[in-house]
Amino acid sequence: MVGNYIYTITKKEKLSDTIYLMDIKAPRVAKNCYPGQFVIVKIDEKGERIPLTICDYDREAGTVSIVFQAIGSSTQLMSQYEVGEAFRDFTGPLGHRSELIDMPREELSKLKILFVAGGVGAAPVYPQVKWMKENGYDVDCIIGARNKSLIILEDSMKNFVKNLYITTDDGSYGFKGNVNDCIKDLVHNQGKHYDLVIAIGPMIMMKFVCILTKELGIRTIVSMNPVMVDGTGMCGACRLTIGNEVKFACVDGPEFDGHLVNFDEAMKRLQMYKTEEGKVVLRQKEGATHHHPGCECHEE
Amino acid sequence: MDILKKVPVREQDPKVRANNFEEVCYGYNLEEAMQEASRCIQCKNPKCVGGCPVSIDIPGFIKEITDNNIEEAFQVISKYSSLPAVCGRVCPQETQCEERCIRGIKGEAVSIGKLERFAADWAREHNIVPEPPKEKNGKKVAVIGAGPAGLTCAGDLAKLGYDVTIFEALHEPGGVLVYGIPEFRLPKDTVVKKEIENVISLGVKIETNVIIGKSITIDELMEEEGFQAIFIGSGAGLPKFMGIPGENANGVFSANEYLTRSNLMKAFDKEYDTPIIAGKKVAVVGGGNVAMDAARTALRLGAEVYIVYRRGEAELPARVEEVHHAKEEGIIFKLLTNPKEILVNENGWVSGMRCVEMELGEPDESGRRKPVEKKDSEFVLDLDTVIMSLGTSPNPLISTTTKGLETNRHKCIIAEEETGITSREGVYAGGDAVTGAATVILAMGAGKAAAAGIDKYLKSR
Repeated sequence: MVGNYIYTITKKEKLSDTIYLMDIKAPRVAKNCYPGQFVIVKIDEKGERIPLTICDYDREAGTVSIVFQAIGSSTQLMSQYEVGEAFRDFTGPLGHRSELIDMPREELSKLKILFVAGGVGAAPVYPQVKWMKENGYDVDCIIGARNKSLIILEDSMKNFVKNLYITTDDGSYGFKGNVNDCIKDLVHNQGKHYDLVIAIGPMIMMKFVCILTKELGIRTIVSMNPVMVDGTGMCGACRLTIGNEVKFACVDGPEFDGHLVNFDEAMKRLQMYKTEEGKVVLRQKEGATHHHPGCECHEE
Repeated sequence: MDILKKVPVREQDPKVRANNFEEVCYGYNLEEAMQEASRCIQCKNPKCVGGCPVSIDIPGFIKEITDNNIEEAFQVISKYSSLPAVCGRVCPQETQCEERCIRGIKGEAVSIGKLERFAADWAREHNIVPEPPKEKNGKKVAVIGAGPAGLTCAGDLAKLGYDVTIFEALHEPGGVLVYGIPEFRLPKDTVVKKEIENVISLGVKIETNVIIGKSITIDELMEEEGFQAIFIGSGAGLPKFMGIPGENANGVFSANEYLTRSNLMKAFDKEYDTPIIAGKKVAVVGGGNVAMDAARTALRLGAEVYIVYRRGEAELPARVEEVHHAKEEGIIFKLLTNPKEILVNENGWVSGMRCVEMELGEPDESGRRKPVEKKDSEFVLDLDTVIMSLGTSPNPLISTTTKGLETNRHKCIIAEEETGITSREGVYAGGDAVTGAATVILAMGAGKAAAAGIDKYLKSR
């Protein structure tokens, strides 16, 4: 937490045990960003470039809100930063904005839209439902998580959606079941009709939502969060197979037609650095006390 | 001393350097440099200058070295180039200045590149900086991209008195000098950072983390932020892939990704957080300088490394020096070999690459003999990592967000070579964004030409 860094944290809020919201002073990003886009945060000199979807923005205050779950070594470090401290780098907005924004108004007004937010996925869904409400469109939204403690942004979301449905896998809050159980309930039992689903959450959730919506014949947009380095189209780490084409999530997305995404490949690619990341976390947490024989940490 | 031969340059032992990221070439010391400089016959009509894209007064600076006026030698070079320590290391002198050297007719050319490097390194070690501009004219120019083209253009404009701001998309200035070229060929902190500081000392401002076309557009820079002219030197950053089966498997990387992780993000250094998958058996597909850089990086990370290239040794686009260094270090060259498919194991990771042997047929449109497949010559190379180094193309982000800026079918910005003038008034371009992937020094030459073009334009207004 040293250095003459300019991307100052102006607000920090703990949304759950492991999920944090921060407002970051970044006037250039705040001025030109839109729902659906993302930023890259680099904490300090030695940090990784971390892609995070924009959760909100205040053009006048020049701030951008990010939400992250402190699970990896970098996000854990990030969660230790406080208001008044600053990150070394904050770049954006990156990727395309949500296609809803560029849709002809007449077409948009005819669509019955259901947003499906899984876990931290509520963060990127939030600016989209907010934009819809502010532009006069009603939407429904499901927020789903494993349990009650992982449901975030419920109160903020309430202000902008017509119907908000909460669902938890363990039934600790709201509907009992995963988001697909909830979608099925709405469509089959409550007689709801939707023309478009926008599903954002863990890849496994988006995969299964897409399988269901394909059966139901509902067009579905997903926001992909693969491994990235630069986020500007340079490295190709984020490449995905969309239909028969290879696309880069950073410059061609991050939102794609979910029915065309090869999720199995994307999920395998997401695992690529899991062991590497795990090694870093272990080294940090256990330091010299970590002496598990055969652990790759000690190969060097 | 044999006057027909270059004074040899000292290098790190190949066996030792294969395991570290320290610089391969040590460069000349003062005695060696003066001795080599004395080989220059000070031609009245120096051909070497014509071979330099930024027209450095080569006999001029070499004369100063001969006379032990090293500071003056540096100032002579600085009139023409903002990045001499970089160019002394990465320019292909053998096809430029040194190729035209009269000494080269009956022996070896004067080692112009190593002398340039010596003068620049000496100046840096003695804290000599280029002379700053005398007067400011208050006119604002924006430069997009802090790579070789942008830094050169900005440096030249600052020397002419302009108020220059460079906008850089990444978190560090330097472009390919920091993300592409490895530490062992171009040290970042001691060389690149220092030369960028020299550009800043001329009064140039650098704003990092600004993506033109996303954070702000060129139109907004001109209309809202008061920039009277723009130079686009945004490079060619988009990687190409082959389009063969298995290319999205885990363990397949673009050279850009592999090198960016290691160079820009310093993944080779355990102190840094960005991971890199070193690989145990790595194939780099391609034969250019970037392929050599990727191969030698993988080698240093502990892998056994193959270069897989579809043409022969004579056709390798990489510099002879780079190929020589790679071989010395133990890179295995699989020439006249083309990949057909990347084999993937049940967990989605690379397990090998099915290749076919090639032979050279008739010359193709590029004038090079076209490689054709040899019948029944398929074989499998056991691998865990594949790095695709097939060239790069310009990022369309700027061209698609700037009104009236024309591009060709390769998405390269159309610009006049002599002036950098584009289809849009006040907007100039040069370097890889215009030519597609080329060399550092050609980009610098284009940055220089555009600086002159911008100066002429703004003076005429």
